[in-house]
Amino acid sequence: MPEIKVTPLGAGQDVGRSCILVSIGGKNVMLDCGMHMGYNDDRRFPDFSYITQNGRLTDFLDCVIISHFHLDHCGALPYFSEMVGYDGPIYMTHPTKAICPILLEDYRKITVDKKGETNFFTSQMIKDCMKKVVAVHLHQTVQVDDELEIKAYYAGHVLGAAMFQIKVGSESAVYTGDYNMTPDRHLGAAWIDKCRPDLLITESTYATTIRDSKRCRERDFLKKVHETVERGGKVLIPVFALGRAQELCILLETFWERMNLKAPIYFSTGLTEKANHYYKLFITWTNQKIRKTFVQRNMFEFKHIKAFDRAFADNPGPMVVFATPGMLHAGQSLQIFRKWAGNEKNMVIMPGYCVQGTVGHKILSGQRKLEMEGRQILEVKMQVEYMSFSAHADAKGIMQLVRQAEPDNVLLVHGEAKKMEFLKQKIEQEFHVNCYMPANGETVTLLTHPNIPVGISLGLLKREMALGLLPDAKRPKLMHGTLIMKDNNFRLVSSEQALKELGLAEHQLRFTCRVHIHDTRKEQETVLRVYSHLKSVLKAHSVQHLPDGSVMVESILIQATAHSEDPGTKVLLVSWTYQDEELGSYLTSLLKKGLPQAPS
Amino acid sequence: MKLYCLSGHPTLPCNVLKFKSTTIMLDCGLDMTSTLNFLPLPLVQSPRLSNLPGWALKDGNTFLDKELKECSGHVFVDSVPEFCLPETELIDLSTVDVILISNYHCMMALPYITEHTGFTGTVYATEPTVQIGRLLMEELVNFIERVPKAQSASLWKNKEVQRLLPAPLKDAVEVSTWRRCYTTQEVNSALSKIQLVGYSQKIELFGAVQVTPLSSGYALGSSNWIIQSHYEKVSYVSGSSLLTTHPQPMDQASLKNSDVLILTGLTQIPTANPDGMVGEFCSNLALTVRNGGNVLVPCYPSGVIYDLLECLYQYIDSAGLSNIPFYFISPVANSSLEFAQIFAEWLCHNKQTKVYLPEPPFPHAELIQTNKLKHYPSIHGDFSNDFKQPCVVFTGHPSLRFGDVVHFMELWGKSSLNTVIFTEPDFSYLDALAPYQPLAMKCIYCPIDTRLNFIQVSKLLKEVQPLHVVCPEQYTQPPPAQSHRMDLMIDCQPPAMSYRRAEVLALPFKRRYEKIEIMPELADSLVPLEIKPGISLATVSAVLHTKDNKHVLQAPPRPSQPPASKKRKRVSDDIPDCKLLKPLLSGSIPVDQFVQTLEKHGFSDVKVEDTAKGHIVLLQEAETLIQIEEDSTHIICDNDEMLRVRLRDLVLKFLQKF
Repeated sequence: MPEIKVTPLGAGQDVGRSCILVSIGGKNVMLDCGMHMGYNDDRRFPDFSYITQNGRLTDFLDCVIISHFHLDHCGALPYFSEMVGYDGPIYMTHPTKAICPILLEDYRKITVDKKGETNFFTSQMIKDCMKKVVAVHLHQTVQVDDELEIKAYYAGHVLGAAMFQIKVGSESAVYTGDYNMTPDRHLGAAWIDKCRPDLLITESTYATTIRDSKRCRERDFLKKVHETVERGGKVLIPVFALGRAQELCILLETFWERMNLKAPIYFSTGLTEKANHYYKLFITWTNQKIRKTFVQRNMFEFKHIKAFDRAFADNPGPMVVFATPGMLHAGQSLQIFRKWAGNEKNMVIMPGYCVQGTVGHKILSGQRKLEMEGRQILEVKMQVEYMSFSAHADAKGIMQLVRQAEPDNVLLVHGEAKKMEFLKQKIEQEFHVNCYMPANGETVTLLTHPNIPVGISLGLLKREMALGLLPDAKRPKLMHGTLIMKDNNFRLVSSEQALKELGLAEHQLRFTCRVHIHDTRKEQETVLRVYSHLKSVLKAHSVQHLPDGSVMVESILIQATAHSEDPGTKVLLVSWTYQDEELGSYLTSLLKKGLPQAPS
Repeated sequence: MKLYCLSGHPTLPCNVLKFKSTTIMLDCGLDMTSTLNFLPLPLVQSPRLSNLPGWALKDGNTFLDKELKECSGHVFVDSVPEFCLPETELIDLSTVDVILISNYHCMMALPYITEHTGFTGTVYATEPTVQIGRLLMEELVNFIERVPKAQSASLWKNKEVQRLLPAPLKDAVEVSTWRRCYTTQEVNSALSKIQLVGYSQKIELFGAVQVTPLSSGYALGSSNWIIQSHYEKVSYVSGSSLLTTHPQPMDQASLKNSDVLILTGLTQIPTANPDGMVGEFCSNLALTVRNGGNVLVPCYPSGVIYDLLECLYQYIDSAGLSNIPFYFISPVANSSLEFAQIFAEWLCHNKQTKVYLPEPPFPHAELIQTNKLKHYPSIHGDFSNDFKQPCVVFTGHPSLRFGDVVHFMELWGKSSLNTVIFTEPDFSYLDALAPYQPLAMKCIYCPIDTRLNFIQVSKLLKEVQPLHVVCPEQYTQPPPAQSHRMDLMIDCQPPAMSYRRAEVLALPFKRRYEKIEIMPELADSLVPLEIKPGISLATVSAVLHTKDNKHVLQAPPRPSQPPASKKRKRVSDDIPDCKLLKPLLSGSIPVDQFVQTLEKHGFSDVKVEDTAKGHIVLLQEAETLIQIEEDSTHIICDNDEMLRVRLRDLVLKFLQKF
């Protein structure tokens, strides 16, 4: 029985370094190739030695698919392709292809230039890696090879985020990457058709959360920012340069405009302007409203939001600063945080998920004394707020996607084990499908039951369809044919055609049975009696009285002869071929019972 | 399979393909050359046009002089311009299931089809096609609606009257079906029926047919279409280009192995080389401007204009034209320039790479930023304040019958310093100019048509090897004006089947197979038998399920226990279904072995007689006779079912079932 095997190398009961191996229909596909933000050692990248110990990765993997540009989904890519060594195709959408190398370079800079790590991938490696990338359109069916095809669906998580369907023959799997089921201010909602995959691999970041209405969250956010600014405090919003940042910028921009506020809003790093430019050029990937109005007013041209300079952090007075990265684990956001943390007038708003080990995670879990590098203790007096603006589907959204795609099996990744457990039960209960949640390195094997496609000769099909137009549940019509298997070509043809094609002669098997009946009349009259009897019984069949004095029932011939010895007995010769076996046998037994006295 | 040909214009096709159970319309082009028969619609009152003399019949009858005006020996209809629609009577258009659009020029008749024929299906097109198509339609509607014309001429259309008119009015076809332009509302309604698709996206139609758009290299989002089932493939090639301009290159490989290839939308100017034309365009433009004249470029708001602006971007500094203003005037000028920048995924590789930087893919962004290129919705408003001469104006409509271009023709036509440069190939430039004669301004004809020429077509056909080619009749003979140029026609084997307007072609197709799926349980139960080396056979008896045009074979249900029937058994319940055929048999029966087998099964009195063609085996006691020949066996016995079935099964042991 064919099977699908799935092994997470990362994101198995965890968030971070997403990397999932899928074997389907004899093809091996790697889904995402991310880094883990919680680690700085070997654990930050997936363990690629799992894939193959001594062979080349290129020989083993048919393709790599990257769902979106977040580093926990693509951060290990240059390491994987250039340092471990992979030369096969890497697929991602156009915006991902455009933005991914910039984030990788940023990541490299922080790691190598700031932290001084060696043995890390270089800028050249990022470039070489990107040369292996093939960009895909939404809904385009990409033929990876003769058998393996992939197709991207809109995921709405960040610009260019996609879900991917992987298909070999009639077996298929869908990997969601990260997705969002509710449209927001700049992106649309994830969408997939009823593609009924054998397996749906879905993220489950918010497996147990059902978020309140987005409007409330936004109002809350604006209120908190506004209050802090009013009392002269500074607001730090750690974000990743692309993604939530644009969403929150649009939100603040419109609010500032409406309230006519004067406090400055800054966006850190030079990445931002560039980032906004990407949004302008890839406007077709944003939501309907922005796409419709972009000619008149481009939502990504901000009036109130200015570029940030490091010196501004010490300026007196209120301000709002968007700074990267989003989990306060390094870079400018962390620097500003250290500066502002001691003042209770200030506020830090964490708008997204923080993985374990990051400063973001620590302060969100209530820690107020942080041990920084060099054993320094940082006391956090500023207000810490968490506001879920991550564009992940919540539990309701995940269920909605499962309903949309109608998979036979579901597999959860990119979430915490405890929460997954809960969602797993819910999915199994509601959809009656198997749900899996393998840990990293653990393999799940699913049996699939694909139908086998063959070609049927149109003559045979039409003949059968003409017969079986009204399907009768009680008595299903059987069709007969011969399957000719030559090389990999399977054709179902009528038996006659099969014989002809193979140059074989038909062997006719015929039966002739003698049925004795008592009848003193002449043979002709006997025949007439037989004829009317059969005519009345076999209403659905063709019964004919032929000029030569015989009776035909369909293709079965009945003749009457006199008995050689007994003039009161007539011998009916019933003759049929093997193909009419049932009817022939039935007729003989029917005639054996004798003829009714008065023809009815 | 049939092809209904609704348009006679080879580059603005409209065909309907009946394929399996589906009815698919391929493009709905609108033939706008009809407008050349009309007087231009001036934006501002033009004394010259309004004072043209009415036309009188030879006998002096002037009853048409309100409708027909004469200008420099040509006669024009003084009325709201009208377009020549695709044939609407040849086939009931409400039965069309889907419309496939290949590029934005080939969808201009869409509102006529979707809004007035009872059409209830879906239209498929790529996003750039829809967005730019919308701009073209909006511009057209705007051009016509902003200069309302009271008069709608119809007398001249009377067949008896038309006969008396001078050419080309006399020869205009189907004038009774000509229609006025649609409204904005109709445009919106038509466009709302479009479903967006991406290149290489497989779209299932009713489970019977799959359609796929492929990049055709001609314009932003332009596509060719594959229409296929599992065993048949039709390729529909419409406006395609192998030149490297801004769109994504043409996907040729996917057209391979077609049973039928429908070929439309070749270049309209097979003798002009687009690159040479662009060069000529630039040099003529520079020459005029240097001499203090103005340049008028009648154009569509999207398409070649992007390439022209890009050429000028590279050219103006070296040609010393940096101070000359370029104006692009169209109600959709701004939208068109902006939209061009956001379709990175549909652009050629070079332009895509720019977006990754991120930079706008088209340099016209920089021309706008540096104020070298300015765009206006119309000549009214800001433009009249900013307007400086000498200058270069890009504006529509290329037919010169409506749009801002009419104003500039009137304004600049009298001076020989000025030049009008025709780049769009859709209209004969001489016909376009006719109502403006006599003209002093220079006229340069640089048609830029990047669509396939005949050399490229024959190379393409050699490469993709379709079994049959279908094309408009115009392509099967040299152009009328160059009848000696045998190279300007399609040359393929077997010769292309040609069509003309209002014709129905039966496509040479023999469908022989259909896909069916065998369920795994059934597949497991099959017993393949190797008949010849490499060829195995298995007899299949199964239940056929057909739903949504998909066929599935399921294992036959296990014979269920006859229900403990309390109901009276009817005779008919026992009658076997004669449609349950037994398999065919093949092989032959070796008599000796057969006799041995009979004996082994307890028949002791077996006698064998030889006959001319075989043998007769006699079972004396049972009064049974078995005739065995090479290709047949005949069992003749008394009515002893048990015996007969035993003998049958023994015979079957020696035969193969099919």
